Amino acid sequence: MTQLQTSDNAAQDPVASSGTRLQALMVGLGNEIFAIEADIVREIIDPVPATRVAGARTFLPALINVRGNVIPLADLRLRFGMPRRTDTTESRIVVVEIEIDGDPVALGLMADKVYEVTEISTAEVQQVPRLGLHWRPEFIRSIIKWNDEFVIVPDLEEILC
Amino acid sequence: MALDPAETFRQEASDLLDSLEAALLDLGQTPQDGGLIDAAFRALHTIKGSGAMFGFDRVAAFTHDFETAFDLIRKGKIAAGCDIITISLAAKDYIRTLIDDPDATDPIIGEAIVQELQGLIAGGAGASQAICAPSATNEAATAGADGWLVEIAFEPDILRNGSNPLVLLDDLRALGSCQVTAHLGAVPELEALDPEACLISWTIEIRAGCSREDIEDVFMFVRDEIKLAIMPLEPAAYEPVPPSATQAEVLAEAVVPAPVREPTLASPEHAGAEKAEYVRRAEDRASTVRVQAERLDELMDRVGELVIAQARLSQLANSGSDLAIKSIAEEIERLASGLRDSTMGVRMVPMGSLFGRFRRLVHDLSRDLGKPVDFVTAGEDTELDKTMIERLADPLVHLIRNAIDHGIEAPVARAGTVKPETGRIELAARYVGAQVLVTVRDDGAGLDTARIRSKAEEQGLVAPGAPLSEHEIHQFLFHPGFSTARTISALSGRGVGMDVVKRTIEAMRGTIDLATVPGHGSTVTLRLPLTLAIIEGLLIRVGEGRYIIPLSAVEECVELTAAEEARARGRSFLNVRGDLVPFLRLRDLFDAEGEADPHQKIIITTTGDTRVGLVVDQIIGSHQTVIKSLSKLHADVTMFSGATILGDGTAALILDVAQLVSLGQNRSEHDKTPEAA
Repeated sequence: MTQLQTSDNAAQDPVASSGTRLQALMVGLGNEIFAIEADIVREIIDPVPATRVAGARTFLPALINVRGNVIPLADLRLRFGMPRRTDTTESRIVVVEIEIDGDPVALGLMADKVYEVTEISTAEVQQVPRLGLHWRPEFIRSIIKWNDEFVIVPDLEEILC
Repeated sequence: MALDPAETFRQEASDLLDSLEAALLDLGQTPQDGGLIDAAFRALHTIKGSGAMFGFDRVAAFTHDFETAFDLIRKGKIAAGCDIITISLAAKDYIRTLIDDPDATDPIIGEAIVQELQGLIAGGAGASQAICAPSATNEAATAGADGWLVEIAFEPDILRNGSNPLVLLDDLRALGSCQVTAHLGAVPELEALDPEACLISWTIEIRAGCSREDIEDVFMFVRDEIKLAIMPLEPAAYEPVPPSATQAEVLAEAVVPAPVREPTLASPEHAGAEKAEYVRRAEDRASTVRVQAERLDELMDRVGELVIAQARLSQLANSGSDLAIKSIAEEIERLASGLRDSTMGVRMVPMGSLFGRFRRLVHDLSRDLGKPVDFVTAGEDTELDKTMIERLADPLVHLIRNAIDHGIEAPVARAGTVKPETGRIELAARYVGAQVLVTVRDDGAGLDTARIRSKAEEQGLVAPGAPLSEHEIHQFLFHPGFSTARTISALSGRGVGMDVVKRTIEAMRGTIDLATVPGHGSTVTLRLPLTLAIIEGLLIRVGEGRYIIPLSAVEECVELTAAEEARARGRSFLNVRGDLVPFLRLRDLFDAEGEADPHQKIIITTTGDTRVGLVVDQIIGSHQTVIKSLSKLHADVTMFSGATILGDGTAALILDVAQLVSLGQNRSEHDKTPEAA
């Protein structure tokens, strides 16, 4: 279990508040890399046994127990039309806390691989291309470039609601 | 969280306003009770004082005017009539809004209230001298005394509590010429001196024509922290009882807090009892701590986690052979269950805190509707989980409102019956096993079964002429939209309907029952579990998944025999001792993977009167279930009401039996239709 050390420097940096810099966790899902804001990440854990919830939406298929809290486990791959995959040694669960209707909601995100926490700047932000994506555009907040790869910054609230 | 003084004041004021309201309402019943008037007056005075201290100037100013007017009642100049109580309640409400939301209030309202109150009191003072009996307490003592000998000794803590004895002495001096003697006997040497402890006592001779009450008034707000003896000067020769006895009596009387004070001089035994009561109360107060609700919730969560961790430990210890570990695991099990019980106990709140709120509701409704009503409560000390008490408030408001509006007849109608003109509403709570029964009973006309039936037929809820028991007909009252449709009488569309009441109660895993006797009234009975946090559950397995069924909903477990299985093919009914019970295959419902067990079990569950069988692969056993609510993201999941954590650390879902039963009913309707066709 890795407790994530989110540095507060970015948040306190006046430049950051204007939105030019962003601490993000790089997460691999299928063949894509997603950038998840480090602010909302609570911890990263190894896969744990999940309990299937009959009748739930497909991208929220299960519940997990994280330190005595029962939270939903989300499979974003299904929201982006990627096939389901079995867990590998690199699989992790990223526990995040997002806000839904003003209430904090904790959930686990399945990840095929977790890379690193890095600082991205808006200078590298690319316009969301209108064409060439078969994903619903409202799921994507922006696309940035990182290590010569395109990285998706997802809009989790939109994806999960 | 840092304590915000203003927030502390708000909480304190809220409590004081509650006790003010209670005192005012009681005063409506017994207008002459000096103790109640004192209690109300003290609450007002404290609100004024601390309001000014914390910068709630408008609160302080208004309360001052209110208090000035109220003082006349206290001095016994006028009696607290019904009008005065009503306007005082309005004034109390105004203070509350001044505190909670000062911007939303208009000073004009406050002025109007004060003016009306003053008008009533001025009118009352002139006209109703006759009905205001002078306070009996002082009658005997006032006569003939041309001065008083006052002995005071404060609790040593009084300085820490912020009172200043010297100011009180100055107040005494204002009554007349005083000779004050300080007794320093209890003051220690300088090294041992605690400058914050008040160890000095005083004897004061007052040569003035003031009454005993005037002297007691000076010490009104420190009455709990003072030993006060007041004796007429020059008592000796003609006193019928020995001075020491007099002193004991007076002493006892003075220290008894106002609400329990008797209007006549207490006999020695009585005084002793009262004194004991006072001591007990003082102890109660000293041992109470105000805790934020979230902290309690957090504590409960932690204890829940501890219970789960302990279950895992026990499992591990029992699988090994290390005796030392086993004995530690057992020890921890004992401690954890003790801790769980006491934590649950902390969350328990007496129902009285809830019942108190309804007195005002009944008072106002009875006035608005012109139906005199006696509101009787019983079982106030029945305890229930804090969260449930909060959730019960709205349904009970609705039931009581219904009882007064629909149940109790107008006085004219009642005059034609043997019943007294004043209606009666009884709100009672009591324990029955691991449940709490809350009943709302009225002595009104009862439910008009025929009329409910015709309404139901009109709305197409039932075929005309269909055979229905009275009980079944009453169930239509819980149908959504039924109660709001001006069915029984007016006053609908105010807040929640009966369907919402039913849903709220069922969400707490409770049930609601209606009983009625035409002409004699109706009774609504709510059956509630003691707590929401932990339930006794039945652990079952369906395919690979394990689930919990609340044990309270389980009626019996039977095996689905091969013969039944064959007979049941094509339809989902089961013959349980002659009754047809629909059943659901949880494997199908949950899309379970893997092969079904050869010996399937059926768990017959029930809510209210309806039963449904649930087919499962295996019954594992009972399980102490710490309930965790489902995440908002899973709000669309209907078959489960929550989740819990099992001994091995995995999560398990708790079945929502009410939902499953209605699902089973719908399916069986489905099954029936083709057969009938």
